[in-house]
Amino acid sequence: MTDSPAVRLDAVEKTYAEDGLRVTALAGITADIPRGRFVMVVGPSGSGKSTLLNLIGCIDRPTKGTVEVAGQKIGALSDDALTDFRARAVGFVFQNFNLFPVLSAYENVEYPLLMLGLSGRERRERTMAMLDQVGLADQARQRPNQLSGGQKQRVAIARALVKGPSLVLADEPTANLDSANGEAIIALMRAVQREHNTSFVFSTHDPQLMSHADEIFSIRDGLLVGHTTREAA
Amino acid sequence: MLLKIAFRNILRNRRRSVMSMGAIAVGATAMVLFGGFVATIILGVQTDTVRRTGHLAIYRNGYFTFGSGNPAAWGMPGYKDVLAMVRADPVLAPMTNVVTPTVALFGIAGNFAVEVSRTFMGAGVVPGERDMMRRWNPYNLNYNRGTTDSGLDDADPSKGVLGAGLARVLGLCEALALGDCPPPQPKAAVSDAPVAADIAALADSEKAANAEPVDTRPHIDLLAATAGGAPNVINMVVSRADRQGVKEIDDAMVIMHFDLAQQLLYGRGEKRAVAVVVQLHNTRDMPAARARIAELIKARHLDLEVRDFTEIVPFYGQVLGMFGAIFSFIAVIMGVIVLFTVVNTMGMSVMERTAEIGTARAIGLRRSGIRRQFLLEGWILGAIGATAGILLGILLATIVNRAGLTWLPPGQSAPSPLSVMIDGMWKLHAGIWLGLMVMTTLAAIIPANRAARLPVVDALRHV
Repeated sequence: MTDSPAVRLDAVEKTYAEDGLRVTALAGITADIPRGRFVMVVGPSGSGKSTLLNLIGCIDRPTKGTVEVAGQKIGALSDDALTDFRARAVGFVFQNFNLFPVLSAYENVEYPLLMLGLSGRERRERTMAMLDQVGLADQARQRPNQLSGGQKQRVAIARALVKGPSLVLADEPTANLDSANGEAIIALMRAVQREHNTSFVFSTHDPQLMSHADEIFSIRDGLLVGHTTREAA
Repeated sequence: MLLKIAFRNILRNRRRSVMSMGAIAVGATAMVLFGGFVATIILGVQTDTVRRTGHLAIYRNGYFTFGSGNPAAWGMPGYKDVLAMVRADPVLAPMTNVVTPTVALFGIAGNFAVEVSRTFMGAGVVPGERDMMRRWNPYNLNYNRGTTDSGLDDADPSKGVLGAGLARVLGLCEALALGDCPPPQPKAAVSDAPVAADIAALADSEKAANAEPVDTRPHIDLLAATAGGAPNVINMVVSRADRQGVKEIDDAMVIMHFDLAQQLLYGRGEKRAVAVVVQLHNTRDMPAARARIAELIKARHLDLEVRDFTEIVPFYGQVLGMFGAIFSFIAVIMGVIVLFTVVNTMGMSVMERTAEIGTARAIGLRRSGIRRQFLLEGWILGAIGATAGILLGILLATIVNRAGLTWLPPGQSAPSPLSVMIDGMWKLHAGIWLGLMVMTTLAAIIPANRAARLPVVDALRHV
């Protein structure tokens, strides 16, 4: 099991029925994403990047084919089992940050740990360590509306990593940030990925960010059209 | 954390939350006030009824169904033994307040001094025991619901009390110092012919021979048929006239000493009672006391039956039913208002927080967790609204009770205080609170389920 890739996609198709029309978002993708790598999925808007990330993130199911994440085939799991799997193994960083506005930065980061049944003390230690790592220990009590865009995304990264997931997904995490903040966030993600040896998969259409990737999967019209691998630095 | 999130989400849109809690509070307040008002009325009617009729009455078998039109024929021959049986029973003794015989009768009351008469319905009571019954007040109704003094005297069997309406009809306004009386009518001349001299002389001599001290107290004559069917007339001293509450009764009621009623109804024959009335300390003991009396009757093979006041006075049950139906109607309306208000509030909350629901689900919160979150928010709205409403209701009830307002209940001739019961109403208040919580829960289930069923991807896409 430990030799299995972080993600294995086998002839994955995804179609949607909208207003009586069948729309094919993914037209049969087969790929392995190795563990502990910083992976980018690139492609133009509408190419299927987000759909692919949704399937890898176990928040959607394929129409055809199989998706295996951290050795777990997700197609056969019940909704509760899939949710519990996400709680343990998958972290998310969203384009719009998606922080809970009624919770402080600390509480947002602590939130995923509540689902793991950890003690209060352990939650506190892990949350503060994570906030410290993203440089926001002194902003722990701030609500999201009191933070800048870059700080919000740092909180989101801390929230995604605090539970020690085997896979972190980020759908265009820098799209709502200026270039300086975007670069800083990518650098932070790269650093924590290396430190935690977590598999990171994020989508982008910003060519400037591609230099950070260990592997790049290019998709277009729902098909995998390219796969570039670089040795980790 | 769940509770913290719920509270913060409620505070997030303060105005909407306050409006929802306000609607719940208004519902709770309305039910506390109306429920307290209804309780006062019902306990007031119960108190009046039990003071008048007792809780239980023992009759000769069949009297209740067939004999009330002819009480003389349906009298209970060994009523003293029945009184002794009930009074001496160790099971009944701790429950009973008064055990007393009574006689019911009908006839014609006349005041021949002013040449008027009309039919009456009468009751013969033992004054001291009847006075004790009239003091029954276990609910501590803190206002005067009629005098507790019957106006009769154990030592003077000649006395009786009239309904105020009957006293007016019989021309006793002046003698009894009643208000609202018509002006005196001129007396019609019977005959203008001179009385023959020898008859006048005889009358004068008779008067002189029978000269006694003149009784100046107002009195009337009562005519009734005895058990044997013969007419019987007695003279009754009217000690007082009391308003009876219901006009039909007020215009016909004569309450007299038990001995006087027996004399009128049975003449020189065997004295009987129509019923043995049992008043208990507490109405809640009524089923047990009734069962015990029925057991005693059966054990002694007596030809008797026992009835409770809800059968004797069906009006009580009708009042109970009517106010119960009105209260239920109001409760249903309030419940529906609460239901729609909370559904609307929670529905808007779900819509606004769709992306957050998606995020929580993606992070690993199960559908049940989302459902719990929204149900908890509904409960908090309900709990705060219902608690505030009940407290407000109690405050308003206190103000109403101290304002000294009165109202005229249907069928009554005297105004009653407008009162809202608060003391001892914790069961009603708890019921209202729980009922509103149930409604709030039902109302929250719909949007909570909708939130829980949202596909994660769709929820995350929601802007």
